[in-house]
Amino acid sequence: MAIEVRDVNKSFGTTPVLHDVSLDVAAGSLTALLGPSGGGKSTLLRVIAGLERPDTGTVRISGVDATRLSPQRRNVGFVFQHYAAFKHLTVFRNVAFGLEIRKRPKAEIRKRVMELLELVHLEKLADRYPSQLSGGQRQRMALARALAVEPQVLLLDEPFGALDAQVRKELRTWLRRLHDEVHVTTVFVTHDQEEAIEVADTIVVLAGGEVVQAGSPGEVYDNPANPFVMRFLGPVTEIGGSLVRPHDIEISPGPVEGGSPAVVSRVVRLGFEVRVEVKVGGHDAWVQVTREQADRLGLGPGDTIHLRPVPGARSLALAL
Amino acid sequence: MAKHALRLVAVAYVLFLLVLPVILIIWRTFGDGLAPFVEALTSPSALHAFKVTLTVAGWAVVANTVFGVVTAILLVRHQFPGKQLLGAFIDLPMAVSPVVVGLALILVYGRFAPFGGLLESWGIQVIFSTPGMVLATVFVALPLVVRAIVPVLEELGDEQEQAAHTLGASRLQTFVRITLPGIRWALGYGIVLCLARSLGEYGAVAVVSGRLVDQTQTLTLFVEERFQNFDQPAAFAAATALALIAVVTLLLTKLLRPKDRIDGN
Amino acid sequence: MTREVTAITVRPARRLAGGTAAGLGVAVIYLSLIVLIPLAAVVWRSADQGPGYFWRSVTTPDAWAALTLTIGASALVALINLVMGTAIAWVLVRDRFPGRRVLDTIIDLPFALPTIVAGLVLLALYGPQSPLGINLAYSRAGVVLALMFVTLPFVVRTVQPVLLELDTEMEQAAASLGAGPFQTFRRVILPNLVPAMLSGTALAFTRAISEFGSTVLISGNLPFKTQVAAVNIFSQIEGDNTTGAAAISTVLLVVALVALVSLDVLQRWGRRRG
Repeated sequence: MAIEVRDVNKSFGTTPVLHDVSLDVAAGSLTALLGPSGGGKSTLLRVIAGLERPDTGTVRISGVDATRLSPQRRNVGFVFQHYAAFKHLTVFRNVAFGLEIRKRPKAEIRKRVMELLELVHLEKLADRYPSQLSGGQRQRMALARALAVEPQVLLLDEPFGALDAQVRKELRTWLRRLHDEVHVTTVFVTHDQEEAIEVADTIVVLAGGEVVQAGSPGEVYDNPANPFVMRFLGPVTEIGGSLVRPHDIEISPGPVEGGSPAVVSRVVRLGFEVRVEVKVGGHDAWVQVTREQADRLGLGPGDTIHLRPVPGARSLALAL
Repeated sequence: MAKHALRLVAVAYVLFLLVLPVILIIWRTFGDGLAPFVEALTSPSALHAFKVTLTVAGWAVVANTVFGVVTAILLVRHQFPGKQLLGAFIDLPMAVSPVVVGLALILVYGRFAPFGGLLESWGIQVIFSTPGMVLATVFVALPLVVRAIVPVLEELGDEQEQAAHTLGASRLQTFVRITLPGIRWALGYGIVLCLARSLGEYGAVAVVSGRLVDQTQTLTLFVEERFQNFDQPAAFAAATALALIAVVTLLLTKLLRPKDRIDGN
Repeated sequence: MTREVTAITVRPARRLAGGTAAGLGVAVIYLSLIVLIPLAAVVWRSADQGPGYFWRSVTTPDAWAALTLTIGASALVALINLVMGTAIAWVLVRDRFPGRRVLDTIIDLPFALPTIVAGLVLLALYGPQSPLGINLAYSRAGVVLALMFVTLPFVVRTVQPVLLELDTEMEQAAASLGAGPFQTFRRVILPNLVPAMLSGTALAFTRAISEFGSTVLISGNLPFKTQVAAVNIFSQIEGDNTTGAAAISTVLLVVALVALVSLDVLQRWGRRRG
């Protein structure tokens, strides 16, 4: 295991932030710490980096107990949400920083930095200052800087949180490709389930300072451990006392076995998909269908229909 | 109309209170050419006063700069009980009359005070000597460096420092390579303010120095002593020199003022 | 259950980090040796012969005259600054004319100019050899003039930033609601400036009561007439009456602290409104 976290507890003052958190990160994996804000995911990442010291528990990095090691000695790469660019240094000197601290020969530093700048497509901007870069460029510089010291693990705290939607999407794909090239064990924090599913090969869901579930994106999406995880990872709606994904519901014009009667209140066409809003058993729910299905059923407000989960659909019974 | 009247009042006030008096003294000093000015400032007493002033101000600036940086980092980056109290004590010298500063130091470091007596028995004379003048100057200029750095340190945040740590930099390396460059303009601003205050201090130094001509006489004491002894040319020349230093300081602080430079490279 | 118990017992006590403790130690020792212990010694000395002696030291005719002159002149100067400082700040922020930036720079001159030089330049223009024919030397007016000189920047520099940040849309809104220029100033602008004006005035007052250097030359230090408290303290130190000097010093310290504490209260009030 590249990272082993055992029974970590951490409070800020009297506020508990992490409660008995244990976590294994496999070498070479790309893991997402996913959860709502205030769930403790950034704190966990900072505990791994040594930027916060846990009250109790241990952190091992590559088999070595790092709990008491300062961040300086952990050899982790850390990328901050707001880049933490060294404003007074050029892009080149930013990336070279860790190597200069390690007193590597000048020629070696130059070669390594230029390689990394090419990797992150900043080779032409080596002499610029951070204030002359866009947000996305600064974030890529921060990544190159963290990678320069050949860290055992790469930690990213909400790496795309401060970027606008378009750049965010590009950098996501790019991070995935970069990881396939560099293979460094990577952990990133995000509150965006789409980002986690798209980029990570393992997702760890953290909420209320505890690990709620860990697994591959498919497992976590299809077999959520509880209603919270199910709600957090994708759209859900409620029919017949169960939580179901809206695209896992079958609409029939007449009564069917195991179906619940419902009345259509509104039909919203969103391009390819159609959102059918219904009243079922006295509360609101919705079903996602394709346009073709909607046209075939010819639905309109006031129609009575019958709903049931499609065969094989995952649903979670809600405790009443 | 009201706008012009207000402008006229404001400009006239500053003109008659600040500008004309300073210009008049410079004009009087140079009225007979540069030679009397140079002559007055190169007399042995004047040269000695320059030397004493620079020695005292130099030590005071070094001490307050080190203290200022340590304290500012403490106030902004660290948590400890009594932090607010420390912040309040830093500003205390602003509220103390220079003469009271002198008295306070005499009561602790004077020959007949317990602590001063102890130092005296070790052969260290504080009052009526350079150490006492340095202490007095340090006292009056104490808050300047701290107050210049604190807002910039706050604005800078600690993420860059954390990033340096994760890249393997030690505390000292982080301070030298990251923190110091981040606050350099503010530090320069604080040092200039501190230096100007130290060069120009009069009251506190007048009390603790004993005003011994050619021994503990600083430039400001020289101005007063020459004036009282009816040597107006020398008093005016030294005053003009100090005023010119003040003007240079003013221009330097304008250049260094942190709020203008925060994102500059 | 057992785990919870260990979690509580193993948790380390809140302790200062090594660097914090070392830095704090240095700062506290420095501050104590230079500022706190000496100031405490002043207060201690003022009281060491009992309250009766303290009271007699403060109320000797020359000390009492010096204290009342100092506080009276400082209050007057604070008031002048309140008006003139605000006016200058207003001109610097809202007016446009050639030389405005020079004016803006010059305002800080009293902070940079040694006080003894300030006194000397004032004496040159407003002394016996005045080219204007105005002689304020050895008069109370001269004291007030010196205090005006050294306190000029305080109100200007506290009001200026507030005025800069003041939203002109607010004034436009007031105008659109039918307020005339005077009403807009009184009802919209002034309430926003008052906290800064008062805190600048308090700073100027504190500075004025402790002033020494600038008054030395122009006032002539005539007891009962132009001698300010700081000069009185100075002459008592010269006369080796440190207890009397300490008593007057303590009064000055207390007055300054009262002014600064009320300033702090004012700032909190301003922040709450801001």
